[in-house]
Amino acid sequence: MNEGPPTPPPPTPPPGGGGGNDRAREKPHLPASGEGGRNRRLRLKASRALMLYRENGQFKTTYAADQQMLPIRQDQLFMVALVVFAFAVVPFIASDYLIRAILIPFLILSLAALGLNILTGYCGQVSLGHGAFMAVGAYAAYNIAIRVPGLNFLVVLVLAGLAAALVGMIFGIPSLRIKGLYLAVATLAAQFFFDWVFARVKWFTNYAPSGSVSVPNIELFGFVLNTPQRKYLFVLAIVALFALLAKNLVRARVGRSWTAIRDMDVAAEVIGIRPMAAKLSAFAVSSFYVGVAGALWGFIHLGSWEPLAFSITLSLNLLFMIIIGGLGSILGSFFGAAFIVVLPILLNQAPTWLGIPMSTSMISHLEFMIFGALIIFFLIAEPNGLARLWAIGKEKLRLWPFPH
Amino acid sequence: MVILAWLIERLVLRPLVNQEAIALLMATLGVTYFLDGFGQTVWGSDIYKINLGIAKEPVMILDRLFQGGILVNKEDFVAAIAAAALVAGLALFFQKTPTGRALRAVADDHQAAQSIGIPLNRIWVIVWSVAGVVALVAGVIWGAKLGVQFSISQVALKALPVVILGGFTSVPGAIIGGLIIGVGEKMAEVFLGPVLVKAFDLAGGGIENWFAYMLALLFLLVRPEGLFGEKHIDRV
Repeated sequence: MNEGPPTPPPPTPPPGGGGGNDRAREKPHLPASGEGGRNRRLRLKASRALMLYRENGQFKTTYAADQQMLPIRQDQLFMVALVVFAFAVVPFIASDYLIRAILIPFLILSLAALGLNILTGYCGQVSLGHGAFMAVGAYAAYNIAIRVPGLNFLVVLVLAGLAAALVGMIFGIPSLRIKGLYLAVATLAAQFFFDWVFARVKWFTNYAPSGSVSVPNIELFGFVLNTPQRKYLFVLAIVALFALLAKNLVRARVGRSWTAIRDMDVAAEVIGIRPMAAKLSAFAVSSFYVGVAGALWGFIHLGSWEPLAFSITLSLNLLFMIIIGGLGSILGSFFGAAFIVVLPILLNQAPTWLGIPMSTSMISHLEFMIFGALIIFFLIAEPNGLARLWAIGKEKLRLWPFPH
Repeated sequence: MVILAWLIERLVLRPLVNQEAIALLMATLGVTYFLDGFGQTVWGSDIYKINLGIAKEPVMILDRLFQGGILVNKEDFVAAIAAAALVAGLALFFQKTPTGRALRAVADDHQAAQSIGIPLNRIWVIVWSVAGVVALVAGVIWGAKLGVQFSISQVALKALPVVILGGFTSVPGAIIGGLIIGVGEKMAEVFLGPVLVKAFDLAGGGIENWFAYMLALLFLLVRPEGLFGEKHIDRV
């Protein structure tokens, strides 16, 4: 683990006299002119910069220190810098469009992908119904908000998450008997059922004649979330909190029981993990996350929505996110969400940037094609997702300039 | 269709051999997206009509047996006959021919099949071609009845509850499952729909959208191998 930094070759010429053999061997490598020397110093400087990412000298003397979330100091600094940047810098430099159309959807979908990743990536249970659980969260939040006026939105969020968790647990019951493709169909039932419920049962939409619902701006501790910046900060705070929680949940006792079930259910049962408790808790936690994400999606991102907003397409997109980002990785959920949010916008804009005249329908068709092709490409090229690429990059950096 | 099947097998699924089932599922969904976009780019998104040269006027059958008889579209007749022929053909293919048996062996256990000398690569191409041709027939008939458009791909999702109901390893099971789901969801719409609408004050019926899946879900809980499937399933 803690190998020292590689000693760079001495820049000074070896002392004269003695070891003539050595000198003869080294001579061709020495800088012949000032030009070569500068290049070499530049390279050395670059290698020093890359070698900043080293963990030697960071000795762990307690178990607690050995088990902390980010064991390498550079990672801790990076994370702190990232959080500070996201909270304190982004709201001031990002344009309204960037926040509204990219950052807020990205954060909310990251939360949803995180939820699905807990279930599919950590516990190994496939779900095609998470769009529906998002809908449950959104409609639960809507109904609580209009039926109990004046309730704090944070409480509404938690209640919406709990409602989604309950529904998720009910549709998770089949997972006790089936898995894989069969489970995918069982959760597909949830998707179509809730599509129908929210379109048809008038009570859920508060008897709105058009079937779509709209919500007012949220007021929180005297602040009205009416500007993109405020909405962004609120969503960011929630997502950061839940990501931290998830990161710690998956390495806690319950999270390890999920992983055990995923890796081999029979073996997990043999060592004393109760499959029912593990699976249903994974469904509950996952649906809770997704329900909260759904409520945020409805209240903060959409503002007004109809049942179609949570259709099967959303479920599939969530699955794409965690596969492209990386199954069983908290970070991967964020990568995947970023990919899925940004890619269509890029594909939409690309013809304009390139100056190729193209009709809108043509663009949307091409978008579908490229999207499908990219998904296949990712599955083949890196089945473990972007998070794996990130991990490989970090590993390479840690050992640089040696390949191993 | 065979060429397409070969391409999909070669480009998409061969590199994914030995990946988890979910990765394969997502890969085929990616193929769906790709073909959807490709088709609409090339042929546009208008609704086309296929003329199969079959008369569409309804004929009266069984009117000698009881009063009134039954009105049946000639097209439906042809579709039913085509389906029956396909079922018979596929059942024979899977049960009697060496290739069909090889397919079933591969489905049971890849490694065992390979160790007794079944060429996996060829089998996979054949599987995709057969599935493609059957889907092609279904697509053509569906398209002739309701117009060719890209929302046909939604129909494919409904094939999943059908095979779960009938059993994954059974060809006749698919037909019985299809009948149960097809008839069941229409019956539910007519008989159960109004009851639900009255009881819960709904804005219209439309329960056929989820009925098939719920039926499959119940079936999975009670009899995970389906009606005719082999009792061989990943039990948890």
